[in-house]
Amino acid sequence: MVAMTPAGDYRTSYRADTTIFPTRNSRIALVIGILLLCTAPLLLGRYELSLLINIGFLGIAALGLNILVGFTGQISIGHAAFFGLGAFTSAWLHENLGVPVMLCIPLAGIVTALIGLVFGAPAARLKGLYLAIATLAAQFILEDFFARARWFTGGVAGRMTESPTLFGFAFDRDETYFYLTLAWVVIMFVGAANLMRSRDGRALVAVRDHYLSAEMMGINLAYYRTLSFGIASLYAGIGGALYAHYLLFVSVEAFNILFSIQFLGMVIIGGLGSVMGSLMGAAFMVMLPEVTQWGAEALAGSAIDQALRLGASISFLREMVVGAAIILFLIFEPDGLARRWRLIKAYWKLYPYSH
Amino acid sequence: MDLTLLLQLTLNGLIVGALYGVVAMSFVLIYKASQVVNFAQGEFLLVGAWVCWWFLTEWQLPFYAGFLFTLVFMTLFGLVLQVVVLRPLIGEPVISVIMATIGLGIFFQALMKWIFGVFAKPFPPIFTVERISVLGLEVQTVYLVSLGISLLIMAGFGWFFTASKHGLAMRATAFDQQVAQSLGVSVPKVFAMSWAISAVVSSVAGVVVGVVNGVSSALSFYGIKVFPAVILGGLDSIIGAVLGGVIVGLLENWAHYIDSEWLNWGNMFQIAPFYALVIILLIKPYGLFGTKNIERV
Repeated sequence: MVAMTPAGDYRTSYRADTTIFPTRNSRIALVIGILLLCTAPLLLGRYELSLLINIGFLGIAALGLNILVGFTGQISIGHAAFFGLGAFTSAWLHENLGVPVMLCIPLAGIVTALIGLVFGAPAARLKGLYLAIATLAAQFILEDFFARARWFTGGVAGRMTESPTLFGFAFDRDETYFYLTLAWVVIMFVGAANLMRSRDGRALVAVRDHYLSAEMMGINLAYYRTLSFGIASLYAGIGGALYAHYLLFVSVEAFNILFSIQFLGMVIIGGLGSVMGSLMGAAFMVMLPEVTQWGAEALAGSAIDQALRLGASISFLREMVVGAAIILFLIFEPDGLARRWRLIKAYWKLYPYSH
Repeated sequence: MDLTLLLQLTLNGLIVGALYGVVAMSFVLIYKASQVVNFAQGEFLLVGAWVCWWFLTEWQLPFYAGFLFTLVFMTLFGLVLQVVVLRPLIGEPVISVIMATIGLGIFFQALMKWIFGVFAKPFPPIFTVERISVLGLEVQTVYLVSLGISLLIMAGFGWFFTASKHGLAMRATAFDQQVAQSLGVSVPKVFAMSWAISAVVSSVAGVVVGVVNGVSSALSFYGIKVFPAVILGGLDSIIGAVLGGVIVGLLENWAHYIDSEWLNWGNMFQIAPFYALVIILLIKPYGLFGTKNIERV
């Protein structure tokens, strides 16, 4: 989170250089931003709130994928499977072991992280396209497991689950669930920003930038690649658990390859290797189908609508827009929304003297 | 033990495997020439089959004409994709290129669903004789013809890469782009050509499968089945791709046999190749015939 740094602000120690919020204003801006978000349930309708909640839990999972893809340079085409694993684990823990839902969410994250480590161990030997293909296989194998393991997922029928409660207070409406999601988003994002300035976080970046040099500098490649897989799974698991207890129903079909690709799309559109970019990417990916739908509805009944059957094929249109957005971003803005955001900030910093 | 079933499945495996081999070959062609892992290979089959279907049913063209037009269309399709989408991404990291082809994949899959609907549609009948008996086994004519076409394409590839000028230019580019360039090979042309050929060859496979099973978005799954095949054979080996395709075809049919006789788990047919894929990646990621990538600092 690069805030506007005033001129003459010299860093005199490594500590000052790696701080998350470099200036007082950036800290104040963060607090004000969170406070503003806290008032959202009072001001917004249920539809807008549900969009925000979606952005929240998808953003958490996307951040996990960004740690893997953007910071460590390992690709995964099976992120949705881990997201699903978190969702099912949380629902299963609550129903079969009677764990309170509030505790289920972090537990689901930990269980998913452990399973992610198991999958990550072989991935430590692979990179680039081999890893992409291996995780593609993992996606299909996990999907097959979900469909098969009726004790765990409820099979084709899916699994019902319940809303979380804390000291008798139920997070069962959009207005209340929003706060729970917001709390998790803040925890996970601050956690990730912190991770990236620790030794482990910088080791991950070193593995991405030049893995041979990293290894020569004493970074254990296999360890950090596996660790990165585990962290990504942790985030996916927590995002998935939040998803499960929001929708109150988890079905096997949701976690398909298209969903995995959407996660990758979020990371690319938001910006590889940018913590806040993950959230922007998630917001973009959530809003994109909605905007498509609004567009189609605006055209409803017109000649274009009748010629192209927009109303009946809105789900295909949404998929197409997702695919097109990924390609267009890769060609025209490979650094994603995070870079665009920096450019906008830089523009206003110098306004009106920026060219 | 049901021996007839086993024989039948083995034959199916060989025929389907040959088709996998053809698709895998066209996948390897792109990878060898331009170092792009094409996750949209299955969509080539899909687009080709739908376009051919459209020519045959909406325009009522005879099969040979419709098929020819399809090939022309797919040539242009491959060229345009390479020039518009892949060319700007030359030199970008592997992840970006992979993502671009994945994006292409979902785009065209959704587009085809939008234009032609989600239900499988049959081709008009092409052969007058439905089935032929071979060694006491009933085989659909289309299957036999498809086996013939697959072998023909493989032979064509063999000739193309050993004898023709363009094929040699392509091999030179795959070996070393700078050396090829210094010898007067136009690398951008080779890239574009590899995509065009790959699209055409895949669409032939798509039409064959479409004639057998009807055209539907299930066709694009062939593009994913290609991965076990090419990893098994080695990512940059044409012979490996063919062999890998046949092995994967046999593997899934035998898995189906074992499943139906003893295990009764269901769905082994679909998932067995992916287990094989993971195992190969762990033991021998360069496959049977792939060149081992030696890294120097």
